[in-house]
Amino acid sequence: MDYSKVLSDCVVNLKPSGIRRFFDLANTMEGVISLGVGEPDFKTPYSIRRAGIESLEKGHTWYTANAGLLALREEIGKYLNRRFNLSYNPNTEILITVGGSEAIDLCTRAVINPGDEVLIPEPCFVAYEPIAKLAGAVPVPIYTRAEDDFKLMPKDLKKAITPKTKLLIFPYPANPTGAIMKKDDMEKIAEVLRDTNIIVLSDEIYAELTYEGKHTSFASIDGMRERTVVVNGFSKAYAMTGWRLGYAAGPREILSQMTKVHQFALMCAPTTSQYAAIEAMKNCDEEIERMAIQFGMRRGLIVSSLNRMGLTCANPMGAFYVFPSIKITGMTSEQFAEGLLRSKKVAVVPGNAFGESGEGFVRISYSYSIEHIIEALKRIEAYLDELGVLPKNNE
Amino acid sequence: MSNYLSYENKVLDILSDNARLSEKQIADMIGLTEKETCDIIANLEARGIVKGYKAIIDWEKTDRSVCSARIELRVTPKSGMGFEEIADTIAQFDEVETVYLMSGGYDLALTVSAKTFKDIAMFVSHRLAPLPSVLSTATHFVLRKYKERGIISTENSDDMREDIG
Repeated sequence: MDYSKVLSDCVVNLKPSGIRRFFDLANTMEGVISLGVGEPDFKTPYSIRRAGIESLEKGHTWYTANAGLLALREEIGKYLNRRFNLSYNPNTEILITVGGSEAIDLCTRAVINPGDEVLIPEPCFVAYEPIAKLAGAVPVPIYTRAEDDFKLMPKDLKKAITPKTKLLIFPYPANPTGAIMKKDDMEKIAEVLRDTNIIVLSDEIYAELTYEGKHTSFASIDGMRERTVVVNGFSKAYAMTGWRLGYAAGPREILSQMTKVHQFALMCAPTTSQYAAIEAMKNCDEEIERMAIQFGMRRGLIVSSLNRMGLTCANPMGAFYVFPSIKITGMTSEQFAEGLLRSKKVAVVPGNAFGESGEGFVRISYSYSIEHIIEALKRIEAYLDELGVLPKNNE
Repeated sequence: MSNYLSYENKVLDILSDNARLSEKQIADMIGLTEKETCDIIANLEARGIVKGYKAIIDWEKTDRSVCSARIELRVTPKSGMGFEEIADTIAQFDEVETVYLMSGGYDLALTVSAKTFKDIAMFVSHRLAPLPSVLSTATHFVLRKYKERGIISTENSDDMREDIG
């Protein structure tokens, strides 16, 4: 059979994730230590695991409602209110999804007509662009820059808007840069959007990992609730990546359409995960803080060390990544990452995997134990020394 | 002052987790200078809050023989001294690792370790039981340690995450 004739052109033309390609190389080598992963190193807090186990013991093994267990939606409503001052009706405005990724897909599909444009601030998480393409949209990157702390600048947003613009992806705290948008930054973005019909997909999956000040949700900005779909989930804040559980909250008109797609594609999110998540929402605010404090200390160690080595990076305000410039080496992101991997067996992700504007940077995850980070930093320093670019006053 | 306290607490959390980090590393982690961090640690040591730095060793994995026991003691408190005098006396023995005053059915709980079962039996019968204020002893030998000072012995610390970004 000639498969080139049967496959979807759109899918065939999607580029595989640049992260994936790099890790395939790393996996062929022995003794590699990674600073590559995008998930917490902590295990899910035990009380949450226990709640999952108990639900199985009680035999809760059936589908749930399409939108998810009402008890969980109610707890999510309380949580969003308690922590981010948002108010959503659990019956009509909250949908439980299979990870935050599904929520991104649903929201994009629910609002896109073929040819609509989706604005995507770059460098960013690798899924927004392919999801937009699969929905028939035209992805339009907006470059963000290190000198602006990788924030979305209102003037760049304004320039990118056309009559075809339908959706703005608003991913803060950001993967891979660790950038955040503060309340006054958001107000300036809101100002640009106010007289348009643009919908905002606010991906707040790293909200709880905000190290200075508190996270502000874009939906809490004056007048923005009606045009915003908040995407969040349990993976990062509660170390629950493998449970595949996220959610969307937004106006019922959009959420009801998203629920339709979810219902036909997935029926419902995993039942065991939903029961476990009730415990997470109800009783684990302290656990979130405990993990966030750990991430904060690792961040301090890694940012100071990299800057001393000449890999300059701004202090990332959120998520668990640093995005240092590799300018002093004169190499491209891929050359640097591959050289570091081959010479010192440390895996970092080349910045261009997150979009063209990530060229000249690498993403380093600090979702590792302090001991692991210290060893990796030693090796990076040795690599820079080998290249002859280590600053003299580095101690 | 409250800021100082919070830095002090951070240092304590870090040290109680891993006492082998350098002052420079700890300084980076909490956002102070190396000098400030050294001062905090010196101050904690001087005040006796940080009392020492020891490794947590799983002796069962070595070729040394180690035997340990929990001993419950009932004692007669001395007037004016309460339990202090007898507790201090017992704490002097090298075999004794911990001494706690307890609420409930007995008074002092000890953790004792020695090379062999017989050494502990001798210690209890020759040293502990004959002390004038000791009314009774109940010795429970440890068969296996599953978790010690927060570390689970059966758990491996390998990173099982896949690099998938």
